[in-house]
Amino acid sequence: MKSTAKNIYTALIFLFLYAPIATLMVLSFNASKTRSKWGGFTFKWYSSLFRNDEILEALGNTLLIAFVSALVATVIGTIACVAMNSMKRRSRTVLMGITNIPMLNAEIVTGISLMLLFISMGLRFGLGTILLSHITFNIPYVILSIMPRMKQLNPSTYEAALDLGASHTTAFFKVVFPDLLPGILSGFLMAFTMSLDDFIITHFTKGAGIDTLSTKIYTEVKKGIKPEMYALSTLIFVTVLILLLLVNMAPAKKFRDVSERRKS
Amino acid sequence: MTSKNKWLSTPYVLWSVMFIIIPLGMIFYYGLTDKTGAFTLDNITAIATAEHAKALWLSLLLSLISTLICFLLAYPLAMILSNMKVNQHSFIILIFILPMWMNFLLRTLAWQTLLEKSGVINSVLNLLHLPNINIINTPYAIILGMVYNFLPFMVLPLYNVLSKIDENVLDASKDLGAGNVYTFVRIILPLSIPGIISGITMVFVPALTTFVISTLLGGSKILLIGNVIEQEFTQASNWHLGSGLSIVLMIFIILNMIASAVFDKDGEGATL
Amino acid sequence: MEKELIQLIDISKSFDGQMVLDDLNLNIHENEFVTLLGPSGCGKTTTLRILGGFTSPDSGRIIFDGTDITNIPPNRRQLNTVFQKYALFTHMTIAENIAFGLKIKKKSKSYIEDKIRYALKLVNLEDYGNRMPGSLSGGQQQRIAIARAIVNEPKVLLLDEPLGALDLKLRQEMQYELIRMKNELGITFVYVTHDQEEALTMSDTIVVMNQGYIQQIGSPESIYNEPENAFVADFIGDSNIIPATMIEDKLVNILGTRFACVDTGFGRNKPVDVVIRPEDVNLVAPDQGAIQGVVTHLIFKGVHYEMEVMAAGFEWLVHSTTLFPVGKEVGIQVDPFNIQIMNKPESEDEEAVAIDI
Repeated sequence: MKSTAKNIYTALIFLFLYAPIATLMVLSFNASKTRSKWGGFTFKWYSSLFRNDEILEALGNTLLIAFVSALVATVIGTIACVAMNSMKRRSRTVLMGITNIPMLNAEIVTGISLMLLFISMGLRFGLGTILLSHITFNIPYVILSIMPRMKQLNPSTYEAALDLGASHTTAFFKVVFPDLLPGILSGFLMAFTMSLDDFIITHFTKGAGIDTLSTKIYTEVKKGIKPEMYALSTLIFVTVLILLLLVNMAPAKKFRDVSERRKS
Repeated sequence: MTSKNKWLSTPYVLWSVMFIIIPLGMIFYYGLTDKTGAFTLDNITAIATAEHAKALWLSLLLSLISTLICFLLAYPLAMILSNMKVNQHSFIILIFILPMWMNFLLRTLAWQTLLEKSGVINSVLNLLHLPNINIINTPYAIILGMVYNFLPFMVLPLYNVLSKIDENVLDASKDLGAGNVYTFVRIILPLSIPGIISGITMVFVPALTTFVISTLLGGSKILLIGNVIEQEFTQASNWHLGSGLSIVLMIFIILNMIASAVFDKDGEGATL
Repeated sequence: MEKELIQLIDISKSFDGQMVLDDLNLNIHENEFVTLLGPSGCGKTTTLRILGGFTSPDSGRIIFDGTDITNIPPNRRQLNTVFQKYALFTHMTIAENIAFGLKIKKKSKSYIEDKIRYALKLVNLEDYGNRMPGSLSGGQQQRIAIARAIVNEPKVLLLDEPLGALDLKLRQEMQYELIRMKNELGITFVYVTHDQEEALTMSDTIVVMNQGYIQQIGSPESIYNEPENAFVADFIGDSNIIPATMIEDKLVNILGTRFACVDTGFGRNKPVDVVIRPEDVNLVAPDQGAIQGVVTHLIFKGVHYEMEVMAAGFEWLVHSTTLFPVGKEVGIQVDPFNIQIMNKPESEDEEAVAIDI
């Protein structure tokens, strides 16, 4: 009976977390244009979505920004991790401290600080400034997911590769890089997700004339969200869900097989 | 690896100076000057005006309440999850990350639909003959939005530390005569402090500084300090005042960071 | 023997449908140093956890000092455990760790202080009370884990591979320390290990386990000298295990040659296994040996030479202080009392394991 209580509690929390998502999915099939009334079941928002250039453009911007910023952040972050690993303890602590600033600081402060910087540099606000901002807040996620792997790295394998005649570069890419790869990948995914979900920093650094999904939704809040937006976010969510399930099924099963062979 | 790799840090060092350090410096520059560029503390002391002080006070109150609620909801959940089988580790983290793939503005807006007078929640309450709730456009709705948005950031660090506690340590406590309550108070709770600290930071800072949740769920009448700062930049265009208020906001963030540094010496609490 | 303190009666346990312990029966006496010895997966740790109360058996009973404690939770058992990886409370000082159990028992402050001092002295770490566990070496942490357990004056101390994480030299030192502590405290030790040398060094009684069954219970001498089956013989020390035929009492046919032995009661022309320890194989001039062979390998081991001799189609492992170079023809001779006769294993399990180890 104790475990029943636990299960009910867990279920309630997940209901709380997923109820809005379910709501949005239901709304995407709602024939009525207002949020508060059910006007019957329809697919029409899904078809009109693909004729809505504004939304499609915002989607394109969002994906482009997320991909490019995550990619650049991953490259810079990975190189930084390798460099930090061979740094003295003190300078590493300082650099890690700086890395933590965008994570711990308020997004609104990061947003306005970048906005002030771009203004004083005389940059034209647009795709470029958004990208610079997203790369900045993405790098810490990359570093924080690679650093733990870096610490677990066995320095002997790198030295063994050198001993066997590999150059420093070859040794890095053949021996060290494969060990870091899971961290690099999860860092990239994390950065991609964070960029995709960001509103606040984009809000301050985007300028007029360009929109991501987030900023588009924010401007629509007052005049009413277009139902196509519900349809689009439902599509994105379901796609990601299916992808993640496919990716996660395989390793999860392997893990279970291993853990079943417990020791005495 | 060799020290030759040191120069590899150059791109990142340059990047962080350019896009982290200098921008923060600019906030201090704007916050401590007026429009003519002369030094002034007016932008800082402006926090004492009735309107700003009220917004800051409300922000502190709502974010502290939300942090507390998040903690109380998350701790039991994290304990339940950490007692599950090991092989579900990545799945559990996934469940909390997954909602982020639906835009958070839309998710927060969905609560409007759920909370409306004739919305889903009240219909269910009617069915159960319970009193209706009408909290939309009140501070309660903002608290709900904060708890909803930031709960995963409390659960994940707690789950991380709790699932790392060695089963043998708990067995050892029982072996030495401790009951469940004693084991919880003397062993589990102290060992989870890094997770608690990191969870509190990850909920408190965004809750304190949000302007989106109050805009979406609080109507336009409830102003948090985040809303005030945002308006100074986007509508009033008084960057000096906005920067000054941001400095005040950062004082609270720094206080929070110092507190976590004191409690979490090993940096074990870092998550995600 | 002193009186029986613990009885495990018909204990069975399975995890996920896999049998870990099958109808295990074991009696442990007062003041005994009992070692549960076996390869990983043999059920030794499960047995210990059932004694400690951390795992409950599917069936069977545990009698402690005359009372049934099968359903008593661990915090109300008069046993204490030293865990494999110490399981110290890392957020407490060494002194707080040691005081943990005593505070729960609401002992007076002065009593607790006395006990901490006594326990730290017993484990030779007198000045460490205010340190944190993380600042201690593995060996020191292990001693603190022992100190934390014994201050509660348990009647039985359970030790789960306590020396497994230590290096060889430290392990040997700790073995002597444990024997000293056991004699000083006068309590029962139940010790789990997979290290046969550790078991032989410290135990009064060794319980050899494999695949959930007890293979043999006995003193270190009897386990080593008179293994009851091929598994025990193979697991404890090096040995030559040779298929043979018992011709009649005190006469066995090994690889086509008749050897005198001292065992009786196996019947006539019965297939058996014989165990001959490598140090009991005497190498002599070819014409003096019962079997002739050629030395194929030679390694200097410090105290002795280890040689392999190919004779009668079997590779004999030989330990000797006399060197016989590779290629030398030798004779093999074995004294009758050094030939240990064992029944052929009956279950497939035993055989399977005997081969794979």
